[in-house]
Amino acid sequence: MDAQTFNARVATPTTRLIGALAIVSMAWVVIGGLFVTPKDVDQGDAVRIMYVHVPTAWVAYLAFIVTALASACWLLSRKHSMGFDRVAGASAEVGVIFMAMTLLSGSLWGRITWGSYWAWDPRLTTTSFLLVTYIGYLAVRGLGGSLEQRARRSAVIALLAVLEIPLVHFSVLMWRSLHQEASVLSGDGDIKMDGSMLTTLLVGVIGFTCTFAWLVMHRQRVLAMQDAMQMTQLDAALRERASESAIEGSRLT
Amino acid sequence: MSIVVDFREAVVVFNGFPALAEASIEVQRGEIVLLQGPNGAGKTTLLRACAGLLPIVRGEASVLGVDLCIDRQSVRSRVGLLGHANGLFADLTIGENVSFWAQMVGAKVAEVASTLQRFGIDGRLAEQKVMQLSAGQKRRCALACLVVRRAELWLLDEPHAGLDATARDEIDAIIREACTAGATVLIASHELERARGLATRSVSVVAGRVVS
Amino acid sequence: MSTQLSLGRVARAVAAKDLRIEMRSRVVVNQVFPFAGLVMVMFAFALDNDDVLTRVAGGLVWLATLFSLIIIIQRSFAVDTADGALEAQRVAGLDPAGIFVGKALAVMVQLVTLEIMLFVAAVVLYRVQLHADGAVLLVTCVVSATAGLSFVGTLYGGLTAGSRGRETLLPLLMLPVVAPVLIGATRATESAFNSGGAAVSDGWPWVGVLVVFAAVFGLGGILSFGSLIEE
Repeated sequence: MDAQTFNARVATPTTRLIGALAIVSMAWVVIGGLFVTPKDVDQGDAVRIMYVHVPTAWVAYLAFIVTALASACWLLSRKHSMGFDRVAGASAEVGVIFMAMTLLSGSLWGRITWGSYWAWDPRLTTTSFLLVTYIGYLAVRGLGGSLEQRARRSAVIALLAVLEIPLVHFSVLMWRSLHQEASVLSGDGDIKMDGSMLTTLLVGVIGFTCTFAWLVMHRQRVLAMQDAMQMTQLDAALRERASESAIEGSRLT
Repeated sequence: MSIVVDFREAVVVFNGFPALAEASIEVQRGEIVLLQGPNGAGKTTLLRACAGLLPIVRGEASVLGVDLCIDRQSVRSRVGLLGHANGLFADLTIGENVSFWAQMVGAKVAEVASTLQRFGIDGRLAEQKVMQLSAGQKRRCALACLVVRRAELWLLDEPHAGLDATARDEIDAIIREACTAGATVLIASHELERARGLATRSVSVVAGRVVS
Repeated sequence: MSTQLSLGRVARAVAAKDLRIEMRSRVVVNQVFPFAGLVMVMFAFALDNDDVLTRVAGGLVWLATLFSLIIIIQRSFAVDTADGALEAQRVAGLDPAGIFVGKALAVMVQLVTLEIMLFVAAVVLYRVQLHADGAVLLVTCVVSATAGLSFVGTLYGGLTAGSRGRETLLPLLMLPVVAPVLIGATRATESAFNSGGAAVSDGWPWVGVLVVFAAVFGLGGILSFGSLIEE
């Protein structure tokens, strides 16, 4: 990316639209989730955590898919366009936050409904593995080197994760099916969904997804600026070395 | 292809620092080129870049007709690099080390034995584990591993360091033989007197640039 | 001009080289094996209940194996990075897939030897009963689990051993990935031991998981090892 031609536009019409949509949906979810929708027959008010837990879980997995797709696109594209790599990295960073939120909300929900902060239910367990895998992915991104090397290494790790996460999920599913508690633990399994609850949940999914998209787009732009800055710094470093060599060169001759 | 190394304003970066800062060099087949210059100037980086080990961030670089900006891997089997490290396995004997490398590059065992002899590594010494050897002996072993590779381009980083006069003469003779056989040699060295006698041309590397 | 060697020949030479180095230096045998045995003893201190130990013996064996795997992988790559030998192998134009398979094979041999020792320790320390009908299951489980562990370890070991790598990253990257192996191998082992009423026939689906895992990472490693050790 050439430092001179980079256009540091932070907010485009698209991002503004997505941002507006996110704010509106989230407002709807807050009002709907906290006040308008009814309590659950069994769980009471605790069911309202669902409006956070389900969308964040969805977004966490969406982030994972986006990282994997962007990594595949980077590997397969002829030009190895760095935009794909930046999207992969941004999506992973934002995804980690949503994964942590999923685990936190799920944990609190479990505490309220069946008395324990943790249960080895397949979704929670797989999500926690996804979280750790992404922390590892981000650590690999931080190893440094040229932009292309960082992109290639991260892309490989992301695609290995695509292979590994289903294996983890499948093993955990098989493992937990050995223990009878599996059906009881899926919190939203036995909730009777009122029409308004379903609508609020859907709007929640839209709202969180828009928030995710908005964050990723901005983060991707910040990363682009960081990379462009690297190029500018390289130009400065090259000029410095050029003058260094002129001085030393004249000393030698 | 008579131009073996062709770098044009090539830039190689380590953590934001341009170790090669718009370096340009052209080397013809059969030349022995001496790279001289102060420490930290970029001689080692240039040699490693020629071996296809380092990504070229800007500019152009081609070795043996292969564009390094596109493909760094395929040129490696045709190039021999003697770096600062020796690339030896400490727990194995010299003989085992050299035959591993010979096996990897398809050289014959008899050739291996005769190469070792030229470097003064006879039967008894060849049975010693590398970890028991002196620095000079390890260097000779590394050189032997390089020689059996019959590379088209030799990249030598301080080949004379740590060697006694006899070994140095031997290495010079081998370099000259390789050149007659069609190889091209780049040497980075601080042993200017000896290296100048050996080289067909010498260039200075200063602050990441090549100055003739 | 040097000839390009096939993957098989490179793998065989690299595996032979790694095993010869281990036979000479005996680092894994003298340091990692005692460590693993010690871990088994410390489990007994921590769990302090004979019945529990016998029941969970399968899991403890595989846990001890995983901890030892980290050290074995680090040793496997230390041998190559100490004097720039891994870089020399890259410069020599050796097919990285061959290096991957060769190193994984050498790790597999060392790991299987370790596991045999650990199973003997389980019989002695945790009073596990080995039955003839569980033997086939156990052997299949050991082979497939070890293959998977070796492939994953070599792959991530290469990444963390490279010039840009950090050794401390290895456990963080590797352990989440090998979770399916831990789950599957433990369940299959428990079936082979008939611990807690598990039947031998229950273990075979788990062996299926282990085989899939080994195949996925064997292939994945062959395709991607080269990219991960590049600078």
